[in-house]
Amino acid sequence: MTIRLATAAAAIALLLGGNWALAADKPTDPQIAHIAYTAGVIDIEAAKQAIATSKNKTVVEFAESMVRDHESVNKQALDLVKKLNVTPEDNDTSKALAQAAETKRAELAKLTGDDFDKAYVENEAAYHKQVNGALETLLIPSAQNTELKSLLETGLKLFQGHQQHAEHVATELK
Amino acid sequence: MSANPARRAFLALFLGAAAIAVPAQAETIQVTIDRLVYAPPEIQAKVGDEIEWINKDALVHTATVQGGAEVLLPPKKSGRLPLQEPGSFDYICRYHPNMKGHITVRP
Repeated sequence: MTIRLATAAAAIALLLGGNWALAADKPTDPQIAHIAYTAGVIDIEAAKQAIATSKNKTVVEFAESMVRDHESVNKQALDLVKKLNVTPEDNDTSKALAQAAETKRAELAKLTGDDFDKAYVENEAAYHKQVNGALETLLIPSAQNTELKSLLETGLKLFQGHQQHAEHVATELK
Repeated sequence: MSANPARRAFLALFLGAAAIAVPAQAETIQVTIDRLVYAPPEIQAKVGDEIEWINKDALVHTATVQGGAEVLLPPKKSGRLPLQEPGSFDYICRYHPNMKGHITVRP
């Protein structure tokens, strides 16, 4: 009996070990939730910086729509993790995103006027493109829960819209 | 009132016929927005009809004809557009330009 239990424990340890190795390149649902939420928070903060800095009506309106949309999606995400009883888990991807955003924010803080507007809007296009790439190739395929997957898919459609909106504003600024 | 059944039937028939006889009765055509998609994406209408967009998303959308009309669609609300001239119009959401729809308006 004792031997059998020990064997089972070893088997479980092996299994967990295997899962853990997998988790290194494939995020779990709690990690995915954290990454998606962090990506939204980053864009809200960038938009608030733009609202405070820019004097351009189109840029401010764009930034306001970013705050509105990302707050709405993050609220949906929080509601979902609460419903699923999932606790978002911090991870290296979230940390890397937050750090890159911090650097960008400091960079933008040195700019004013048209220079700021252009840099902000161009970064918005690039940032959404980057997040969309991660959603398509990693986050959506890795998501296990169907409701989480569905929210990410809607998020992808929304952020693709943001990317196009940012690209459109960028051409207006040229 | 002692309306006899025959008279009532006649009236119903008459009024029904009158309704059919009006050549182009204005209609309200509904387009639903759910998860950033206009459904149906293509609509056929005639001058005098009205389009009603029903926004089921928790996001602000618009129905914007380039260089033309724009209907603002707040979250979980609807908005209407009376069709006053014939033509073929592409429209998008100003905030999410990947949302696309088309309206054909017959005279």
